[in-house]
Amino acid sequence: MKRSRSQRLRVPAIAVIATAALAVAACSSSSSSGSSTGSGSSSSAALTASAPGITATTITIGSHQPLTGPAAPGYSEIAPASAAYFAYVNAHGGVNGRKIVYKYLDDAYNPTTTASVVRQLVLQDNVYAIFDGLGTPTHLAVESFLNAQKVPDVFVASGCDCWNQPATDPETFGWQLDYVREGKILGQYIAQHFAGKKIGYFYQDDEFGMDGVKGLDMEIPKSMVVARQTYVPTNVNIGPAVAALHAAGAQVVVSFSIPAFTALLKLNGLKLGYSPTLVVSNVGSDPITLSGLLEAYAKQGGATVNGNQLTAGIITDGYLPTLGDASNSWIALFKKVHDTYDAKAPFDGNVLYGEAVAYTFVQAMLKAGRNPTRADLVNAINAGLPQGPAVAPYAYSSTDHAGVTGAYIGVINNGVETQEGSVLTTDTSASGAVTTVTATQQAAPASGIPSP
Amino acid sequence: MRSPLLRILGVALLGAAIVVILSIKLNAFRDYQIAEIAVYVTAIAGLTVLTGLSGQISLGNGAFMAIGAYTTALMLAHLGWPFVAVLVVAGIVSAATGAIVGVAAARLHGPYLAGVTLMLGVALPFLAFVYPSTLGGDQGLNVVYTQPAFLGANFPLTRWQAWVSSAVALVVLVLLANLGRSRVGRNWRAVRDDEVAAALAGINVAQARVLAFVVSAACAGLAGALLAVITALVAPGAFTITLSIALLTGAVIGGLGTLFGAIWGSLVIVLVPVYATDVATSHGLSTAVASNIPIAAYGVVLILVMLIFPQGIQGGVLYLLRLLGISAARPSHEASTADAMPSAGETPARPHEKEGTQ
Repeated sequence: MKRSRSQRLRVPAIAVIATAALAVAACSSSSSSGSSTGSGSSSSAALTASAPGITATTITIGSHQPLTGPAAPGYSEIAPASAAYFAYVNAHGGVNGRKIVYKYLDDAYNPTTTASVVRQLVLQDNVYAIFDGLGTPTHLAVESFLNAQKVPDVFVASGCDCWNQPATDPETFGWQLDYVREGKILGQYIAQHFAGKKIGYFYQDDEFGMDGVKGLDMEIPKSMVVARQTYVPTNVNIGPAVAALHAAGAQVVVSFSIPAFTALLKLNGLKLGYSPTLVVSNVGSDPITLSGLLEAYAKQGGATVNGNQLTAGIITDGYLPTLGDASNSWIALFKKVHDTYDAKAPFDGNVLYGEAVAYTFVQAMLKAGRNPTRADLVNAINAGLPQGPAVAPYAYSSTDHAGVTGAYIGVINNGVETQEGSVLTTDTSASGAVTTVTATQQAAPASGIPSP
Repeated sequence: MRSPLLRILGVALLGAAIVVILSIKLNAFRDYQIAEIAVYVTAIAGLTVLTGLSGQISLGNGAFMAIGAYTTALMLAHLGWPFVAVLVVAGIVSAATGAIVGVAAARLHGPYLAGVTLMLGVALPFLAFVYPSTLGGDQGLNVVYTQPAFLGANFPLTRWQAWVSSAVALVVLVLLANLGRSRVGRNWRAVRDDEVAAALAGINVAQARVLAFVVSAACAGLAGALLAVITALVAPGAFTITLSIALLTGAVIGGLGTLFGAIWGSLVIVLVPVYATDVATSHGLSTAVASNIPIAAYGVVLILVMLIFPQGIQGGVLYLLRLLGISAARPSHEASTADAMPSAGETPARPHEKEGTQ
């Protein structure tokens, strides 16, 4: 057979190709060896490499963030803002003399990519902790992995109450106000201020929306709710949902939505000549983002609107000080840090969020001791953290891994949110009352760095 | 090594040996990447057979992966079957779906087929939102899969995942290589090159086209099952249309219709973004720029490969080997490594097929 000679030669050829293919994979292995896991002594004066990711001079932490893809607009500002605050801390002596190295990788909001980049950070880059991993489905993809590896998984950037499971996931901690508490706080306000009105719900058809509605239902009598409409984030055709709210005669619409869908809700309502009072969750109500979206969408539809006019009167809530309040010491601090280290980004809610959560991490690191192990960080947070930039205290204890416990009601006017009334706090149970926080929030430290 | 089967098995064993050695030598994250590459190889191999050999395009193989992944998650959670059994069922369920799609596909060509499969790729993950209590909605389902106890407590999980995934990928490659050399493969190529001629030669064109879809969907389902256990989660966000397009891109970059091309394509898909990110972050670029470098690099690789080696990386490799005088690389072979052009003019194969069918 003519073919047999070439077949015999094919074997080495194939072997060469196969070897080359795997050599490519092999070359990619940067020879990062596992860094030493030291003992957790915190009494000695010298700085040691006390844990993976910690050297005498640095603390390396990692994160997964949507830097590209559908969730990137807005959310991609968070990690650079955190990095800006860390740069500020590093420039002012660092954490116990160590500089924070913050390595955040893009997961494009895809759980498969999250699983991959977080393994890269933990198994190859040997980060000390995963900090502020963003998103519910994305972070769920790595929660059990991080807990199995005993890597601190601190201050997840999502209000899902799934991070608060200290019995099964002792390494994982939430940070922002969870959606159930938020729903209760908004719900109580609605029940008190719109008694006798018809209420409609508009919410994202996932745990974000459903947790929020769970909280709302604990406070708003069922008889007041005339319509419950949902949307999925990938379908912008919400006309039928808005029409249903209109048809049901809802005078107040509570919206647990992301900014794009808050804007669509408003614009679809305008098309129908329907302008109910809007109560929007914190996530979907940043006035700067909303106003920009409203103007952009209207322009696509061939109309011109004034974004700030359309956002006027929106009721929302906030767990960080209002951006416009220049007299607030926390806003002044974060604005200063932003102007020095992250000036290209607008100073909006996302940037404030990124800086505030970074501040909390520094609080926890200082409390974890001079030469902390990974367990020291978890124990430090379990022992509770003092209230920081958030308007209400943290819930942290060994049996509670939820973060901020309260918020104030805010009203948007002229593109600025102003606080209305005092700060409210509650728990996630149906029986727990919504109460007023009486203690006033402490001012930001003059140095801008938390005291140990 | 006269027999093609022995040769294929030999190459597969060599591949297995290389995977085992690499997985022991490299760190745990590289093991995870090997597992990821194996997942893509499994899926792309199925797609490259569908598109390269039977001439049908699919923009929906990510959906078949989702079916395999969700089947795996549900079975592991509710039935607690051994993983091998789950894997087989995941493949069968995806194959059954592939048969249904294939029946429609057999009547459609070109852009119409692309449209139907695109719809599948876009729409199917939304079932998770429609049935949140069963399929977990947006946050998906957790997949609990622990390595067998006989490996010992200190055996790295990622190495085990690399082994399992690579084993499945190699078995799939061996089966596909044989299928491509068999009567079925010859029928596919005949249908791809000229449907009328194939029909005149006695080939049941519709049957051949449906079968290609079934095989391709089964591979995607197996890949989905592997993906579910290595990432420990199935969620709709993992099976967007981007995944389906990545699979097709991988097949094209690697070399459409060639199984080695599936390996090249998978290496590009998994490794290029990681390299590009490392390069981008180590050069201190701003976040806005750095985060887009991997996407740009991916695009540049695609453009360069298509410009320089229109037959994909495998075509380029064969060309280079030919330049070096290694005649083995001559595309005279009728099997899966042969690309579309030379085999199209290869008429002597036809009589065999005529005698083979009916």
